[in-house]
Amino acid sequence: MLLKNTSLKWAGFLIAIIVMLFLMGASIVFGYTDTTLQMAIDAFTNNNGSNEHIIIETVRLPRALIASAVGASLAIAGALMQTLTKNPLAAPGIFGINAGAGFAVVAAITLFNVNNMQGFNALAFLGAAVAAISVYAIGSFGREGMTPMKLTLAGAAISAMFASFTQGLLVLDEALLDQVLFWLAGSVSGRKLETLISVLPYIGIGWVGALFISGKMNILAMGEDVAKGLGLNTGFIKIAIGVIVILLAGASVAVAGPIGFVGIVVPHLTRSIVGIDHRWVIPFAGVLGAILLLAADIAARYLLMPSEVPVGVMTAIIGTPFFIYIARRGFNAR
Amino acid sequence: MSKYKNFRLLGGKFSVLVDRKASFIFIILVLIAFVVFTISTGSGEMKINPLTVVKVLFGAGPEMETLVITSFRLPRIIVALIVGMSLAVAGGILQGMIRNPLASPDVLGITGGAAAAVVGFLAIFSDKNHSLTVSIAWLPLAAFIGAGVVAFLVYFLAWKNGVSPIRLVLIGIGISTLMQALTTFLMVSGPIYQASQANIWITGTVYGSNWQNVAILVPWAVIFLIIALIAARILNIQELGDDVATGLGEKVQKHRFILLMISTALIGGSVAFAGGIGFVGLMAPHMARRLVGSSFGALLPTSAMLGGILVMLADLIGRTMFSPLEVPAGVFTAGIGAPYFIYLLFKTRNA
Repeated sequence: MLLKNTSLKWAGFLIAIIVMLFLMGASIVFGYTDTTLQMAIDAFTNNNGSNEHIIIETVRLPRALIASAVGASLAIAGALMQTLTKNPLAAPGIFGINAGAGFAVVAAITLFNVNNMQGFNALAFLGAAVAAISVYAIGSFGREGMTPMKLTLAGAAISAMFASFTQGLLVLDEALLDQVLFWLAGSVSGRKLETLISVLPYIGIGWVGALFISGKMNILAMGEDVAKGLGLNTGFIKIAIGVIVILLAGASVAVAGPIGFVGIVVPHLTRSIVGIDHRWVIPFAGVLGAILLLAADIAARYLLMPSEVPVGVMTAIIGTPFFIYIARRGFNAR
Repeated sequence: MSKYKNFRLLGGKFSVLVDRKASFIFIILVLIAFVVFTISTGSGEMKINPLTVVKVLFGAGPEMETLVITSFRLPRIIVALIVGMSLAVAGGILQGMIRNPLASPDVLGITGGAAAAVVGFLAIFSDKNHSLTVSIAWLPLAAFIGAGVVAFLVYFLAWKNGVSPIRLVLIGIGISTLMQALTTFLMVSGPIYQASQANIWITGTVYGSNWQNVAILVPWAVIFLIIALIAARILNIQELGDDVATGLGEKVQKHRFILLMISTALIGGSVAFAGGIGFVGLMAPHMARRLVGSSFGALLPTSAMLGGILVMLADLIGRTMFSPLEVPAGVFTAGIGAPYFIYLLFKTRNA
């Protein structure tokens, strides 16, 4: 734990927010089209309709906001899942929730001809929910009950299943492939602000809900029996966590496609900074998740200029070594 | 009558116990496979009746039918059969080695490595006009190398005073996700028709197989299928867990490596020619376990036959149902396999 007492934590939180705001600014200013900070300010206060101003307003700003919101949501979802399943590798990507939501969105386009945003969102949530429930159910059958290993494998299997369904749909409809390929890689670019606004209520509920139950999660983390002994309604808390995870992950996928590894890396990082008190972990994870995705997105623009690397690929490159490190450390060591 | 029949060969130097029930089921499956093989050979744009097919197979059919069958249909169906057998046996080995029914070539990232290599191959060996600079015949080699590299990578990253099955799986999952990201990235950065070509390959299809493919694949697969069968006794011991296996005098680590290499060779061979046909490696061993129990000497041959039948059926359906449109076999193995697999899991839970 890096920050040992409450005032240090408040200071750390403040610094993290400042870094996040700075990166949001950087995300608006830096990119293929040369813009300056002054232009960015002018674009909002004194828009003269020039190309730069239009780019800042319609491309860069939504992108920065979406990266922050999605990063925060995925990180919080990961933190919740890791506590719920007592599995350090739990995250929306590994547990197939992203894949489920991704398949649902692709199916929405091909099979159901959905073309309004609320329809996409609803199906993304449905896909996320189906994947989450199946993984949880498959992971907990058998004699020993739910073990981290079984749960992880169930996640990988469900993930593989939805991925091949998605592939199947794309094979049958090649025009669609062109349309959704970049989205499938996980990307925060080329989205309109309306897309974010349409999921904001769900994300908001998720964030506030996560903060509300963070105290209860400390009790749940002590183990099921202890938590029950202390008078916690564990069933209710578990369902609440599940609903929040589905809202956050489903909304993230609907906006930005399946972006992996944020949900794994950030909660671990957060715990090493603020310890295991969820009342701190949840808000910190949110801000750090936003920072990670903003930074990855800025790097993604410069790596192969002038073309862009999808941010989901960036997070995979950053996240895999980290994942392997945790996997090698094993489940029991904390 | 005892459950097993004892065979002694070479004056007792070599002996095997053969499970009577399992061999009965195996023979039935071979017959079913033959029937599916014949029907599949007979169906398509030009319908040929099964009797003529059998005649052609024995070299006594009419000229026109012989041409269609031998030059177009046979290679593809043979590839389907062999690929199904390889994937099923590889899946069975992985499940025994990792001691978990959810392990499969897809989950361990081996198929993913092959996919990344194929898309990489298409991207690297293309000139400015996006036409290939080398022959497409090298594609299987790229796939094979991809599968092999990932298998080694996963194995060495999982090494920490020996390789535990849990670490192997977890690291496989991580690498598999990375490979998926790489694949998508390469697909995004190339032109769209290349992406769609790659996507068909990743989904898995035996379309366009020729005799040359058969000539490479069949000896390779047959050798490793036989090795796998011999290694079945190692698997029986490995499935007891590391402690018991060590106590029984098993060289756990060395044999685990050998088993992983056998399954990689099988998977590598089949992804090279048929792409990432999913869920066969997961499904076939499960079905076999329900039929003959979990002793690997009986399980591996049974799941091999089941795997062959599954892929041949998937190919048959994909070829004929939406004719003239060809649907890759992988779409059906996933579309039918995955729900069936979940059903199986829930059923075992309640049993």
